[in-house]
Amino acid sequence: MSGDPAAADSEVEAAIRRNRPALITYITAGDPSLEDTKEYVEALDRGGSDLIELGLPFSEPIAEGSTIQAAINRALAAGTTPEGFFELVEDLETEAPLLVMTYYNMILQYERSEASRASGERAVNPRDEPDVRPFVERAADAGLSGIIVPDLPAEEADPLREACNDHGLDLVCIVAPTTEGERLERIMSQVSGFAYVQARLGTTGARANVSVATHDSLARLSKYDVPKAVGFGVSEGDHAAEIVEAGADGVIVGSALVDIIAEHGAGEENGDAPAADALEAKAAELKRGAVRGAESVTDDPEVTPEPEQP
Amino acid sequence: MSTGDQERTHETTESNRDDRNTGKRDADATFGGDYGGQYVPEALMPALQELEDAYERYVLENEDGFMDEFRERMREFGGRPTPLQRADRLSERYDREIYLKREDLLHGGAHKLNNALGQVLLAKYMGKERIIAETGAGQHGTATAMAAAHLDMPCEIYMGRTDINRQRPNVYRMRMNGAEVNPVTAGSGTLKEAINETMRDWATTVENTHYVIGSIVGPHPFPKLVRDFQSVIGEETRRQIQEQAGRLPDSVVACAGGGSNTMGTFHAFVPDEDVALYAVEAGGSSLQIDVEEGLAPNSATLSTGTDGVLHGAMTKLLQSEEGQIVESHSVSAGLDYAGVGPELAHLVDSDRVTPVNVDDDAALNGFHRLSNLEGIIPALESSHALGYLERTAGPDAETTSHDELGDLVVVNVSGRGDKDLETVLEETEKRDLEAAPDVEVFDG
Repeated sequence: MSGDPAAADSEVEAAIRRNRPALITYITAGDPSLEDTKEYVEALDRGGSDLIELGLPFSEPIAEGSTIQAAINRALAAGTTPEGFFELVEDLETEAPLLVMTYYNMILQYERSEASRASGERAVNPRDEPDVRPFVERAADAGLSGIIVPDLPAEEADPLREACNDHGLDLVCIVAPTTEGERLERIMSQVSGFAYVQARLGTTGARANVSVATHDSLARLSKYDVPKAVGFGVSEGDHAAEIVEAGADGVIVGSALVDIIAEHGAGEENGDAPAADALEAKAAELKRGAVRGAESVTDDPEVTPEPEQP
Repeated sequence: MSTGDQERTHETTESNRDDRNTGKRDADATFGGDYGGQYVPEALMPALQELEDAYERYVLENEDGFMDEFRERMREFGGRPTPLQRADRLSERYDREIYLKREDLLHGGAHKLNNALGQVLLAKYMGKERIIAETGAGQHGTATAMAAAHLDMPCEIYMGRTDINRQRPNVYRMRMNGAEVNPVTAGSGTLKEAINETMRDWATTVENTHYVIGSIVGPHPFPKLVRDFQSVIGEETRRQIQEQAGRLPDSVVACAGGGSNTMGTFHAFVPDEDVALYAVEAGGSSLQIDVEEGLAPNSATLSTGTDGVLHGAMTKLLQSEEGQIVESHSVSAGLDYAGVGPELAHLVDSDRVTPVNVDDDAALNGFHRLSNLEGIIPALESSHALGYLERTAGPDAETTSHDELGDLVVVNVSGRGDKDLETVLEETEKRDLEAAPDVEVFDG
């Protein structure tokens, strides 16, 4: 992968390099309805998101904390389906490229789900091996630029990576605080779009501070010339500033946005304007924070972040 | 473990060690193609590899005498070997030789201790400082709490809120043994949610904590590790039946939920191609899935499931067409799970294990029949295996199924039924069961 933005054939990588420091935002599709999600995504786009991750809900989200678990439950209760998700994506016209974040089983079952929808009955033999390609093809057709799968480590990713390569999608790799040695080398050599740097052990969820592990990870990854975006726990403009200052090319924010959606609830008077406005404002705050972090790096390249209080 | 078993387990490991910790897929991680694997968050991968190394060194190679200590503790603390008992009145009823493997006599009242003690001891050898585990009905939780107390390890158990409410005695047992019990309120508050929450804890605490998974499910190496700790059931059975009946059985019958007692009983018999292996699943009240409600009123995963990924492994699952996992149901909480061990899925696809199922009524009748005829109160889980005996060989069985099990049959009684008495009374009152006593007079 090249450091030259012009040479990047990935829309995702290009969006990060062009807008550095980039803001990547996440919400769960269908929370509380797909119509609301459309409004919210457009608001996040206006607020300055450079990439937007849309969660396709799965019933067993083992990597999520309570905030996103609840969003996924609301989306499933609202009847969100893969096909409804792809139709939403087709409907969206955002400046920011869109990525889908979902669990591996949703990708594996898409062929069966489609075959059954088309014929009205179970059309695939239960013994047939599930195939990831129909999902990837549909994602590419719908206009998605990349896929993130929190329960798919490098060891299991070959079939999906090949399908994504064939269809020009980025399969985004996650790097955890525990990733090291040969595994780290291999994962960094396979980075597509950007490296998703997990800021701390555990699950997703808004936190009050930036973890020590974030600084450690960014220092450890500094020798790799790939875009690095930090997620898990980022909730405020000041966090974004600190993370960018520590060397990240972007920040990823999810739970803090999902919290806003949850607070506003479904079916309020005056449609979704208040939640959408709040999301736009939050995105703008985060983007300003990231830019502030980048400026302080430019001012003083030698600056080192304050060590975090334990 | 017999020498033959050790050789079998070793077959593929050496050649694949080079790929370990490099991010490439380890061929040992799957069973016959794609079942199994390691579908977990990146943060857990190094811990799985650390566990795989420990599994090979301590379990397969007996480094530092690990397996010797495990066997000694299972003998002295656990009460192994458990008997293989000829069931005289069942033999008479079914007109063939019926033997019962009495795992209900293991300490704690079920086969669960084989795995729990093995893994807690392994965690100790690995230098881990804390134990976590999920539990559904509470049997694995109580076994883990006992093992952790026995080996002086701090222990936290995740248990669904619904399960806590319906399995109080087991919650008390865990707390008596010093374990913390953490209620899980997500979803339906049962086993599936408890596993999710334990995995989330592990993703946070992985550096000093070992997750004692309760069945042959989850990411590699758990399905093999748990199977190897449980395979003592089949190894003893295979030796005992030859001593007592002079030959190998025609068939071996065990109930299957996640599949740890099933695989533990079958493993030693897999190479014996003339021994038929029957995995009896919970047919619940119906084999259909209610897609609208996202609910399967059964947990017959091997019989009716489709391939997919749940809790770290590719296996057979109860899922909607779209890939959402559905809520399973069985009168027996221990079988109530929407997935199944990947090795069993593989053995079913390769026609080595025959998946069958019996419904709640047949299991309840099996429960009453063994209690009444043999003086053994079996767990509702094990009662499914007994229900299958009746269906194939009982007085009302189709004549075509009569020869299916053969003349010499072993049934694994995986646990005792004390924990189920309230459920059984409640469910029996609702039904007209031919094998049940008059439960109306029980309170009198």
